Amino acid sequence: MSTERKDHAALSDIFNKDEARVDWHDETLWFVRAKRDKAAHNIPEWENLRETASQIKNNVLSDLHNYLVEFETHATNNGVTVHWAADAAEHNQIVHSILQKHKVDRLIKSKSMLTEECHLNEYLHKNGIDVIDTDLGERIVQLAKEPPSHIVLPCIHKKKEEIGELFHEHLGTPEGMADPQFLTAAAREHLRETFLTRRAAITGVNFAVAETGEFVVCTNEGNADMGAHLADVHIACMGIEKIIPKRKNLGVFLRLLTRSATGQPITTYSSHFKKPRPGQEMHIVLVDNGRTTQLSRPDFRNSLKCIRCAACMNTCPVYRRSGGHSYHTAVAGPIGSILAPNLDMREYADLPFASTLCGSCSNVCPVKINIHEQLYKWRQVIVKEGYADPKKKLAMKAMEFTLSSPFVYKNAGKAGRWFMKYAPFTVNNKLNLWYQQREMPAVPKESFGEWYKKNKKND
Amino acid sequence: MSGTKKIKRMTSREQILAKVLANQPNAQPLPADLSTAFPAANPLEAFATVLTNIGGNFVEVKDFNAIKDYISTHFAGQRIVSTLSELAELSEQGWENQDPHTYANVELAVINAHFGVAENAAVWITEDLMHQRAVPFICQQLAIVLSKNEIVQTMHDAYLKIGSAEYGFGSFIAGPSKTADIEQSLVLGAHGPKGMTIFVID
Amino acid sequence: MTVGLFIPCYIDQFYPNAAIATLNLLSKLGITVKYPVNQTCCGQPMANSGFEHLTQGCNDLFIDNFDEFDYIVSPSGSCVLHIKDHLHSATAEDKALGIRKKVYELTEFLTDVLKVEKLEARFPHKVGMHQSCHGQRGLMLAQMTELVDKPYSKPLQLLKMVEGLELVELSRADECCGFGGTFCVAEEAVSVKMGKDRIADHINHGAEYITASDMSCLMHMEGILRRQNSEVKVLHIAEILNAE
Repeated sequence: MSTERKDHAALSDIFNKDEARVDWHDETLWFVRAKRDKAAHNIPEWENLRETASQIKNNVLSDLHNYLVEFETHATNNGVTVHWAADAAEHNQIVHSILQKHKVDRLIKSKSMLTEECHLNEYLHKNGIDVIDTDLGERIVQLAKEPPSHIVLPCIHKKKEEIGELFHEHLGTPEGMADPQFLTAAAREHLRETFLTRRAAITGVNFAVAETGEFVVCTNEGNADMGAHLADVHIACMGIEKIIPKRKNLGVFLRLLTRSATGQPITTYSSHFKKPRPGQEMHIVLVDNGRTTQLSRPDFRNSLKCIRCAACMNTCPVYRRSGGHSYHTAVAGPIGSILAPNLDMREYADLPFASTLCGSCSNVCPVKINIHEQLYKWRQVIVKEGYADPKKKLAMKAMEFTLSSPFVYKNAGKAGRWFMKYAPFTVNNKLNLWYQQREMPAVPKESFGEWYKKNKKND
Repeated sequence: MSGTKKIKRMTSREQILAKVLANQPNAQPLPADLSTAFPAANPLEAFATVLTNIGGNFVEVKDFNAIKDYISTHFAGQRIVSTLSELAELSEQGWENQDPHTYANVELAVINAHFGVAENAAVWITEDLMHQRAVPFICQQLAIVLSKNEIVQTMHDAYLKIGSAEYGFGSFIAGPSKTADIEQSLVLGAHGPKGMTIFVID
Repeated sequence: MTVGLFIPCYIDQFYPNAAIATLNLLSKLGITVKYPVNQTCCGQPMANSGFEHLTQGCNDLFIDNFDEFDYIVSPSGSCVLHIKDHLHSATAEDKALGIRKKVYELTEFLTDVLKVEKLEARFPHKVGMHQSCHGQRGLMLAQMTELVDKPYSKPLQLLKMVEGLELVELSRADECCGFGGTFCVAEEAVSVKMGKDRIADHINHGAEYITASDMSCLMHMEGILRRQNSEVKVLHIAEILNAE
């Protein structure tokens, strides 16, 4: 069996074998994009809102040190214990040690892409601790033993029949039952028991306010709250870039986040956690894991403005037709493609090329990250660092040679056209990737250059 | 081991902060604060429309008798708790100060909200209005009593109103809990309450 | 005014009619156009593949060929965008800067510089307008559906001047066709699927012709159309604006 890791192109190729399914996946996500458009167009000042959010985040990145210290000071004064994790491993160890201290061997977790990035569930499982993901989409992929494919809609790649099968196997729902209402009700029952019995809850953080030390967790389901308000220990995990300066800035971000993500004016719950419940322990783990490195890259640091709305994924024509798993990283799609190479350039060298640079992503980004420009710039870095396919390198050198000399160019063009016309089999074959599903362009009787020479040169 | 010099290793905190300080770009100013650019002509109506769209129940009432009647009609015989003294006769005696886990089978919880937001039908509730934090999330149905005059236009106004208020916990709650995780089919009633009624009182 | 005609390499080699139409259209509008015969390519295929550092030869050649003109016009949004964003020279940066300021895609040249109000053109057919991404989002040739802003479109403004032309409305007004340069072969499966979906949108709305300001998009869609044995044809917008 081949152990060669498949890249985005190979994984997308597999994904595209089932065209009907690709259509379904594409249409489902386009529907989410359309809902976002409707919500945005309801806000005449939308573009101003984006510009404001962008500038707030620019300010945050430029003063991040002070904001982090300010946040820590206030959170600590509020009775929250603040931890710092340099990398994923340390994050996992910190969470583990808190759980060990409380003799917790089972807990619940609401959506946190950061914990996904750190592979926390796997780590805890190896250490004998059971984690149940309570976000319905995450619970579904957890039962399916898969990672989420989308940062907001974790099981968008799964059909209701497949979810029905999973629930039949793990929750005892009737075989063949695929009604979303029924399945959701079954999940409510199943997870309610865990909320009522587990003593530790992990949540993510959507926004952390430097001014007050509070943090906000946004959900539609209420699972973060059900977990946190019933547990003895609440651990909130966040990337250091999730800081915002002042409480009032939440006005801007909460107006943008959910409209960008799902087209709703706001999530059902936007919960502001400031102090632990009396008798409860509250912890925040601040995680670096490559963020300070990204901060040092002038061309790419703006990717740290991301508020994890996934609007870029919903609009990306490539993401919709290749699926989140084709990106083989926790955060997929356009934003993932500019974040991941910073973490491991070799592993994720393929991602910035999984794009036509159409620019739609940059237009929907609520904080105006110039995603498509960063994709282009990552391509230059990846090639410079030596992670380009050697075949490509050869082809590019040949192209450089041909295109920087008018003489070589004209003759190469002529030769190419000759082969296409008189020996088409040399071009129209299995080795020609273009030809797999497309006809080659028809061969004109002369190039424009040749026509011009004949007809216009003397004008 | 005595006499061995201890090598001072940076803690992760020190490491991270040092890297941030070294790598952060030059100062960029904060932009000007935003305020409501296009206020709704009738914020109450806007609030009601959005609330209905998101699966909530908008009930305009004259007084607390109307609320009592409504609850008696729709929740007869159910376990009801309320933080409002005006609704004491409907609320379970002595429900307060129990372990929040025991509220799991509360059918209806009725509490106050500070204010509502017209653009998204969210209401702002802090823990002092909840009695316990779990209350508005664990009940099967949630009802809010909101003053007609306490509806602001947008989230910009909301945070102006909140100002620098002290709270240990607060939440904007907009409608019943929901999910669309299964093939984008919207289902009301995920883990939080399955339904939400807002009594808007004079 | 002197206008230098910049013809993308693949139009030169495979779609000379688009170039001829561009030249004729500009001539009809009273412009004396010169085609520097030693031009080759803008270098975009290399740059977009991460090999920007190999484009210096192309860049210098471009500068040599086009520095002399008041305006440089090209029937290609993506090539013009590339020059605007990435033309630099180690030895003649001031010339490069000058060129970046005076290079125009054809439709924006007609609407913004020549301020064309009417065209002597006739094309009585159902036409679907494909918004090529780089022209639209890069050169701002038309408003983008993602943004909350006033609608406008320079290509459509011109197509509306063509007698008998019926524009078809699409379900997705500005989704990418999937060509994307070397993407078209490096990610063949997704590229073709994107192309097929674009074409289906046009066909479902009754288009007889698909047009765009970028021949690369059209070349990709044409390849799929012909593989499907479709009656639908592609035509560069220059050919429609020049049709009689």
